Amino acid sequence: MVKYIGKRLVYMFLTMFLIATATFFLMQTLPGSPIASYNKLNETQRAIVEKKYGIDKPKPVQYAIYMKNLAKGDLGTSFVFKGKSVNDLLATRVKPSFILGAQAMVFGTIIGILLGMLAALKQNTIWDYGSTFFAILGVSIPSFVFASLLQYWVASQWHLLPVGLWNDGWKSSILPSIALAMGPLALSARFIRTEMIEVLSSDYITLAKAKGANGFEIAFKHAFRNALIPLVTVLGPVAAGIVTGSLVVEQIFAIPGIGEQFVSSIMTNDFATIMGTTLFFSALLIFIIFIVDLLYGIIDPRIRLSGGKG
Amino acid sequence: MKTNKWLLLVALSLVLSLVLAACGNKDKDEDKTAAPDKEDEKATEQPTEEAGEPDAEQVVNLIESAAIPSVDSAIVEDAVGFNVLNNVNEGLYRLNLENIAEPAMAAEEAEVSEDGLTYTFKLRDAKWSDGTPVTAHDFVFAWQRAIDPATGSPYGPFMMSGVIKNATAISEEKMEKSELGVVAEDDKTLVVTLERPVPYFLSLMSFGTFYPQKEEFVTSKGDAYATNSDNLLYNGPFVLTEWDGTGDSWVYKKNEHYWDAENVKLETINVDVVKDSATAVKLYNDGKKDRAGVSGDLALQYGTHEEAVNESDTAVFYFKFNQERNGEKTPLANVNIRKALAKSFEKEDLADVVLANGSTAANFLVPRDFAYDESGTDFRDISGDHLVYNVEEAKEYWAKGLEELGVSELEFEILGGDTELSKKMNEYFKAQLEGNLEGLTIKLKEVPFAVRLELDGNQDYDIQVSGWGPDFQDPISFMDLFVTDGTNNLMSFSNKEYDELIEATKDELALDPAARYEAFAKAEKILLEDEAAIAPIYQRGLIQLQKPYFKGLGIHPFGADHSYKWAYISGKE
Repeated sequence: MVKYIGKRLVYMFLTMFLIATATFFLMQTLPGSPIASYNKLNETQRAIVEKKYGIDKPKPVQYAIYMKNLAKGDLGTSFVFKGKSVNDLLATRVKPSFILGAQAMVFGTIIGILLGMLAALKQNTIWDYGSTFFAILGVSIPSFVFASLLQYWVASQWHLLPVGLWNDGWKSSILPSIALAMGPLALSARFIRTEMIEVLSSDYITLAKAKGANGFEIAFKHAFRNALIPLVTVLGPVAAGIVTGSLVVEQIFAIPGIGEQFVSSIMTNDFATIMGTTLFFSALLIFIIFIVDLLYGIIDPRIRLSGGKG
Repeated sequence: MKTNKWLLLVALSLVLSLVLAACGNKDKDEDKTAAPDKEDEKATEQPTEEAGEPDAEQVVNLIESAAIPSVDSAIVEDAVGFNVLNNVNEGLYRLNLENIAEPAMAAEEAEVSEDGLTYTFKLRDAKWSDGTPVTAHDFVFAWQRAIDPATGSPYGPFMMSGVIKNATAISEEKMEKSELGVVAEDDKTLVVTLERPVPYFLSLMSFGTFYPQKEEFVTSKGDAYATNSDNLLYNGPFVLTEWDGTGDSWVYKKNEHYWDAENVKLETINVDVVKDSATAVKLYNDGKKDRAGVSGDLALQYGTHEEAVNESDTAVFYFKFNQERNGEKTPLANVNIRKALAKSFEKEDLADVVLANGSTAANFLVPRDFAYDESGTDFRDISGDHLVYNVEEAKEYWAKGLEELGVSELEFEILGGDTELSKKMNEYFKAQLEGNLEGLTIKLKEVPFAVRLELDGNQDYDIQVSGWGPDFQDPISFMDLFVTDGTNNLMSFSNKEYDELIEATKDELALDPAARYEAFAKAEKILLEDEAAIAPIYQRGLIQLQKPYFKGLGIHPFGADHSYKWAYISGKE
């Protein structure tokens, strides 16, 4: 196990290095300059400003400086938020995105699993159709549509929760979390249903039934655990996507999150912030994939992480 | 069983679509009730300022369109930053509600030497928010810092070069910053020496780049200066609080140390960044915000709302005709072709129907309601209209141009933005130009702003939809763009007479306002009527929803957008 984790950490480090390199050079192909007042400056002044921000140096030199700073954990200084380090920028903007993402994952997965189980256990009944319909809805309608509908009905019409902004404590996070949760909810409901139906018809369930196990034991102790494996595989990347991909929902609810910041940094050529956010997203995704792999071993002991002879 | 399942699904889908459709209809119905019987009316005026007694509670909730990138007056280069600066700091002059620069940190009007080159300012007794006095040295320090190449200020050189003595040489590292033409004779006397007479110099004094900074404070904070609300010092009507440097919300509190604090009524201004126009309107309707900008389709919808205010803007948009591409002359180098294109599209329809956001048709470069002569006459009334829509004339010019070029058809690419509004506008241009000029094919190239800037810089386009918003109140802010080799010219336009006229406005005519405005009018005629170097399209307008109880807001057509100094709440309770 330790050996496996060690090896994985080396790979993770290598992956990050490759991502940083690729992003750095891809970013250089973006058109335009990070200097917002570019067309107001003459040649000399442009050169002076470029020198100040270090973008006058040859690309390989800039790359070397960037990697050196990165090794020290310094992501550089934002071009847009003058004098602010990208580390600070990420620190203040990650929190709202993380809260939304985590709530959406927990809410979406729990409700999704319950719906999926209900559908599998009560196959071909109104419960089954209802939950399937809900799942199709969740998969086919993008989260920003849910966001607009929730905002319109729940906030604007019924005045139950805030229309937007991030200043009403937990209340501010409920609607955007629900909007974001619809995707994972639908996904887990579909997976759990399919897997459970398959597991429920397998021999060992028949055996368990023969041994006198009750319905609850069969559903939770035997079937559910086996049905979880494919779900964990899919939910890993979904989790990363939710934390990082909530940009439209963040914009609709006017939440100062990281997703929205990422897009605006690309639009303004804020090189340091683009790099910082990309690396942050990549690290998050790689870490989640790693956790998912570790979880396999816990959910299903037959999967051995040491990669040994068995 | 299978059939049943599908039937159920179809039925449920139908129910859902009905629910969704109902949402849509409800939306439309509500809009109708929001604007009863006002179909043909347009909100073209600000609500009349009825003087009302200020309420006991003076709190206003506002929206900004973006986060604050910086509040360091030497570094700021964006609209939000300048807006914040204008409300928490103050320069020698400040724009009043009529948009006239009046003494602020200066105790009285400046004393100007006969040759117009030396301005002496006497400072009033004013304090920084830490209780220490604002002195002439604070101005010297701030201005030297803004022009110092080491600071990397984008606006310092832009605003000072050719205006303040030695600014250009200092910004190019050819002279020491201490040689800048600004001296503190004593704590209360500031003497500024100019490079040449600048008729609009006092209006510049209200611009953020020229605000004071206290050396001791700035130096002690080092790199942390102006990175959050605690690392700033204020000498304006408000102080900034709860700003962490990157966040999407902040609060202005009344500055008790401000010299004119007794005339500042608002106690608290809560600001949140809301980028989505629909959300802004929902927050406004919900009573969470007292003002909200509407754009795009919403502008069409809310333009007739009883609380809609048409906020005049001074940005002007126009076609740039590129006369040289890849080192070779383009067909646009032919003046008749340019005139034909410039006169062949209906601008009123574009502004009223396509844009429908308060924008108005433009037959000029220098905007309306922006620059006035000594008697208060709008420059527009002096210079008149140019390149007015006229299909017949356009067709004649077109035929003549084609003949001169020896071709029967031409193809041009219009380079424009990639927003929904830009795309709608570009389609309109294509239909109008192709419809009116036989043998013309228009291709549309819709790209993000950064790409457009790059293509503009490389002069890699045929026709470009471009725009300019002024930083100070003088026709030169626009007219200077198109002199030979001007920073924004980038289309190989060159006219000797035009260059001479613009040069004269900076030189021998600088102290003769009437002759200077005449020169601008002549130059504008050359640029548009004679040369059709550019083709004006529209002057931008903005529609804002504003609660009737929010009064006294200063709206400025150049420099910072708003002044909250005189704003107050009356009749909300």
